[in-house]
Amino acid sequence: MMDKMIFGRYVPADSAIHKMDPRAKLMLVFLFVCTIFLANNVVTYGLVAIFTIGLIILSKIPPRFLYNGLKPVFLLIVFTFLLHILFTKEGEVIFEFGILNIYEGGLKQGAFISLRFTFLILVTSLLTLTTTPISITDGMEELLNPFKKWKLPIHELALMMSISLRFIPTLMEETDKIMKAQAARGVDFTSGPLKDRVKSIVPLLVPLFVSSFKRAEELATAMESRGYRGGEGRTKYRQLSWNTRDNLLMAALVVLAVLLFLLRS
Amino acid sequence: MRITLEDVEYRYSVNTPFEHLALHDVNMTIEPGTYTAVIGHTGSGKSTLLQHLNVLLRPTKGRVIIGERTIRAQKKKEKNLKSIRQKVGIVFQFPEHQLFEETVEKDICFGPMNFGVPEAKAKELARIALKQVGLEQEILKKSPFDLSGGQMRRVAIAGVIAMEPDVLVLDEPTAGLDPRGRKEIMDMFYQLHKDRGISTILVTHSMEDAARYADDIIIMHKGTVYQKGKPEEIFSKPDQLLELGLDVPDTVRFQLMLQREMGIRFARPSLSLEDLVADIKEAMERGNRL
Repeated sequence: MMDKMIFGRYVPADSAIHKMDPRAKLMLVFLFVCTIFLANNVVTYGLVAIFTIGLIILSKIPPRFLYNGLKPVFLLIVFTFLLHILFTKEGEVIFEFGILNIYEGGLKQGAFISLRFTFLILVTSLLTLTTTPISITDGMEELLNPFKKWKLPIHELALMMSISLRFIPTLMEETDKIMKAQAARGVDFTSGPLKDRVKSIVPLLVPLFVSSFKRAEELATAMESRGYRGGEGRTKYRQLSWNTRDNLLMAALVVLAVLLFLLRS
Repeated sequence: MRITLEDVEYRYSVNTPFEHLALHDVNMTIEPGTYTAVIGHTGSGKSTLLQHLNVLLRPTKGRVIIGERTIRAQKKKEKNLKSIRQKVGIVFQFPEHQLFEETVEKDICFGPMNFGVPEAKAKELARIALKQVGLEQEILKKSPFDLSGGQMRRVAIAGVIAMEPDVLVLDEPTAGLDPRGRKEIMDMFYQLHKDRGISTILVTHSMEDAARYADDIIIMHKGTVYQKGKPEEIFSKPDQLLELGLDVPDTVRFQLMLQREMGIRFARPSLSLEDLVADIKEAMERGNRL
């Protein structure tokens, strides 16, 4: 079961992107998402494509993983493309088939929107593929720190997030174990009528809940006995460091944004 | 029921950077009615191996023959695995984690009823199984979550025994129990093995259990069968075991110490306390005569 859970998973490698400060990566992705909406012609889309491909090459992530990330949204991309082709009526008619008219504008618009989608997904999955969940959380906590002024519980939110992320693999392992134990007692999780399969979830969920509650209690006790009292005055084990590398990539994004702004029609 | 593994290989997460070879070139046969102990270091592939015995995992290479059925390393979905799983029962590590029903009775009946046993018969089986694991009939109506850890373990084991398997696979069934509970449960499994002729495969870290109960011992090392043999053969080469990070039974260690400190030579490794006493007596009489 876990074999298929590659999407959204960290892939370790030694690359410039992996070594980036998670704050820089988060900001880069956020700003990229904004910047991409500036592109509206062939030249600007070309620039975005070059930037995206550049990031992918720098990250040393095998393209297969990015493809896996795209697969679930592939249908959506095709669907938006078709919608635009059929319903945008701008420019010259390039194809006529009965009531079906395909306009130049529609083709162009459809291609652009699908490309925009693809780039967005590629860059965001690049973030999760090259950054451990824990450093994403650290980065978020740092970036959101200013909001503490308004009494937002940023540290607590970050802690909740890192605890849940930390226990995803544990929970998966546990699920796998209990599934196997119940399969050995004759439960069929993969075939048979739908009614039976829905029923077979009970012997899986009950033990999972029981062990999760037990684990949560143990974790709370363990944290308290090690003196955890919340975020006040707490130091960090993993220090974030913003380097030249981060400056360079942010600068590259700024250059891209300026170019898009100048070259857009 | 005979179980044969031929050139079995198993890889986790094939075609990902997490790919990991857990088993390779595993060849073994479990004869009907035998008691086999599988020993090996953590990560030697023991747990992966035993999941092949009832097709919870399918080999990525080679084949597994379980009774009449042959499981090959093919993509094709294997149909009707239930008949195999009924005949090969597995007691996993910490089996109490699999309890989920409202009452002990329902939980024990769960396995048999999944395999098509009618309710009345399943309840009968539950009663027998509960007695077998040494629990009182009163707890049948209790919630399994109100029991003590040791009782929960026994209920979970009863749930597997009630399936009436021909082969029983035990993955460290006594981990975390007190010494008395440990001995009771191990003796219970041995009794089942003797009375019903159930082939038993025991994965264990306890060399004493392996020496005391098993007919054959299989040593797993780095994902493959390092050695197999009778307990006497395996424990007559203690250096080799220690090299693998494994141990010898206390009785054998005691013999080695006697040999080193007092020069007493033994004809065979003693596999139980009774054997040890007999062997010391024999060695001393021999020594006196010389």
